[in-house]
Amino acid sequence: MTRTRIVLTLAVATALLGAGLAGAKTSSHAKTGVNTAVSGTITFDGVWTSSSGQTQFQDVIKLFNKTYPNVHVRYKPVGNNLPTVLATAVAGGHPPDMADIAQPGTVAQFAKQGKLKPISYASSVMSANFAPAWTQLGTYSGKFYALPFKAANKSVVWYSPPIFKTAGVSPPKTFSQLLTDAKTIHASGTPAYSIGGADGWTLTDMFENIYLRTFGAAKYNALSKHQIKWTDPSVATALKSMAKIVGDTSNVYGGTSGALQYGFNQSVTNAFASPPKAAMVFEADFVGGVISSSTKAKANTGFNTFTWPSITPGPNASAVEIAGDLFVTFRDNPAIEAFVKFLATGPAAEAWAKQGGFGTGNKNVPASIYPDPITKATEAPISQAKSVVFDMSDEQPPAFGATTGQGEWGIFQDFLKNPKDVSGIQKKLEASATAAYK
Amino acid sequence: MSAGGITAEPPVVAAPPPGSGPGRLGRYLVGAFFLAPALFMLGVWMVYPAVYTIVRSFFGPTGFFGHWVGFHNYRTLFTTSTLTTAIKNNAIWVAVVPALVTAIGLVFAVLTERVRWAVAFKTAVFLPMAISAFATGVTWRIMDQQDPSLGAVNALGKTISGVFSPAGVLSSAFPSTSVLQPAKGGALVMKTALQPGSVAKLGLTGIAPDAVPNGAEQAVQPAAKAGDITGVVWRDFKPGGGQTGVVEKGELGLPGVTVELRSSAGKVVQSTKSDAHGTFDFASVPAGSYKAAIGSQTFAKPFGGYAWLGPNLIIPSLLIAYIWIWAGFAMVVIGAGLAAMPRDVLEAARTDGAGEWQVFRRVTVPLLAPVLSVVFVTMIINVLKVFDIVYSLAPESEYAKANVIALAMYFTAFQGAGNFGIGSAIAVFLFLLVIPVLALNIRRFKRDV
Repeated sequence: MTRTRIVLTLAVATALLGAGLAGAKTSSHAKTGVNTAVSGTITFDGVWTSSSGQTQFQDVIKLFNKTYPNVHVRYKPVGNNLPTVLATAVAGGHPPDMADIAQPGTVAQFAKQGKLKPISYASSVMSANFAPAWTQLGTYSGKFYALPFKAANKSVVWYSPPIFKTAGVSPPKTFSQLLTDAKTIHASGTPAYSIGGADGWTLTDMFENIYLRTFGAAKYNALSKHQIKWTDPSVATALKSMAKIVGDTSNVYGGTSGALQYGFNQSVTNAFASPPKAAMVFEADFVGGVISSSTKAKANTGFNTFTWPSITPGPNASAVEIAGDLFVTFRDNPAIEAFVKFLATGPAAEAWAKQGGFGTGNKNVPASIYPDPITKATEAPISQAKSVVFDMSDEQPPAFGATTGQGEWGIFQDFLKNPKDVSGIQKKLEASATAAYK
Repeated sequence: MSAGGITAEPPVVAAPPPGSGPGRLGRYLVGAFFLAPALFMLGVWMVYPAVYTIVRSFFGPTGFFGHWVGFHNYRTLFTTSTLTTAIKNNAIWVAVVPALVTAIGLVFAVLTERVRWAVAFKTAVFLPMAISAFATGVTWRIMDQQDPSLGAVNALGKTISGVFSPAGVLSSAFPSTSVLQPAKGGALVMKTALQPGSVAKLGLTGIAPDAVPNGAEQAVQPAAKAGDITGVVWRDFKPGGGQTGVVEKGELGLPGVTVELRSSAGKVVQSTKSDAHGTFDFASVPAGSYKAAIGSQTFAKPFGGYAWLGPNLIIPSLLIAYIWIWAGFAMVVIGAGLAAMPRDVLEAARTDGAGEWQVFRRVTVPLLAPVLSVVFVTMIINVLKVFDIVYSLAPESEYAKANVIALAMYFTAFQGAGNFGIGSAIAVFLFLLVIPVLALNIRRFKRDV
């Protein structure tokens, strides 16, 4: 099986290489696979700094340069201020050639303003490597603008095996089992939930997973585009399910006021400290990075993961919510085209995936490439999932979905403060969304 | 923001020189030559951005052409709740901080004149000025943590409260079934009435394995005994949950728990402690109806800390941290004024029989008035544009509550929303607020000169 897969991968890669070369209108060197005709410099602004993935991305660029030695990609590690820096650069008329944006909502805004160049030249490479849903994720008003190069699985729950063992429970498969197990964990003497409510996005992520698993991807996408109102009964249902977790205040580490003060990082270190203070953290695959950098917990004995439990049985149960790094282009030339096409291929993704901390929707990347079992468990489902959706709050206009203390983030913090006020929260959400979508 | 812009109108040419035309032109050229770099810098960094911001504030979020919105951004500024909260909060800051900083600075300055080790004291009070406001915010955010094991402020509270109301042995425990009901004062009372010969089963849960009192052994349900009321207090939990309300194998008794026998009127008749198996025995109980209870001291919660960073205390926490920074500045400035004060006036007042308080109120303060007003006005300007301390000290969940104008401007223009139109309008509004205070300051500078 592995053999056939390798052969297949190779075949696809060769085919793509051929396509890429043909696309770049070159004739010679096709035999060796080296293309010296395309040259130029690409400036690239990204969030990854030297401690968070810059070196891995440089390895991807190195691999690209084996085929295109005359294209120089100048990667600039901007860090988490990237949206600010980029918005200023775009407003000032001097954007970089390419950028890595983690918020589809920001991409949509740039696309709407006409600042981005379509990358339809990469469509065929995309369809060879990704399920159609992924091209859809990067398509805005009918044009393909953004390449989902890196994806993080957000439908993951991290848990503390020693606490699960003390309580005598095993990772739950369904939501009702999760709630029962949480009660058992509480009875064993440890709070079940560690919530980083000082960061509003941890709360929207929880809501989104619940909504996705209750109503499925179609309705989820409709809500994220504001085609369904936030006052819809489905939102009320999902909020009520969420209240079963955040409203179980004695079962939340630090209670409500503690949860509001702990940020995401603190919520992780609380749960995986020694001794652990809480059993479960509902957050994405990147929790693993925090665990290894700020706690002494070891994989399997100190921490492990399970897939977000299913709520409605059927296809909705296995849907995956992802956070994506979207690559966009502000200019268009053969060098940029070659780089974009390369990034959509399997080898480009594998160059980073084998080093860990990387997930991709690229179906030609084998699960065996991931360096350890936990990474495999969190990342492999991304490319295997039948339905994939983006983090909803990232998809919305940033004024609603990505502003600290305001919009969705702020309102879900209000919900954490008072989980009984479902209809009041719905009204606030709808009012804020309406203002942002204007 | 623009102090430079306004004070930057120095007399370009001094006294007109005697002499002929070419000489004068030459002098103008020389003057212009020396001024050019400064004017260029001012133009690029002050005038152009200020004018651009003002113009920008009349346009929509995305750009200039076709996005003229008139005063719409300003209307939004005063109708959006997050922004009006920011304005209200700035008003609180202006009302509280300059006055308190000046007052505390004055008290420190006067007192340091009279203490030994004045230099050490002054250094300690002034030291916060040497730390960046952002670092101060981070430091206070850690000190203000609610968990007493993390936050220094609440740790102090815990030490004090630990002396007066120590935590109970089973502070996290709660009943495993509804047979035990919480009563007033934190005790747990058994719902079912007991007669002599009954057996009471008091199941508790929510006790971590390492929180079980030392010496605990397998829980045992005692046999009924005529004339006695017997019972057991135990950790009603085993891995998987077990069956609640039933003493099972692998469940530990809770030794040392104070169990009370209460009459039907609620009076404590007898009190005893459970043994290693969790069992207890109220001997020779007269006929009647009783209730068993576990005393509230068992469940007394340890001091959980005040939510300094929570919605109710966040603004005071911010003000305290800010005053902590600036009190030293006020002390040093006022101290300098004090040192320059004519001593003979004070001596004269004392000779005339004025008490120290009278001297302070009637002589020191009026003489210091110019210095005090400098501090006061400087603080108003500082407080109007306060940003970094709020950004670093307040947790994100309280930004909406703790918002101030400069922070609102940053979030509106550069974060998330990316609305440069409204952001510019906020900046202009802040600019307008600062102008009168600046004008006042400049007028006084001129008078002093």
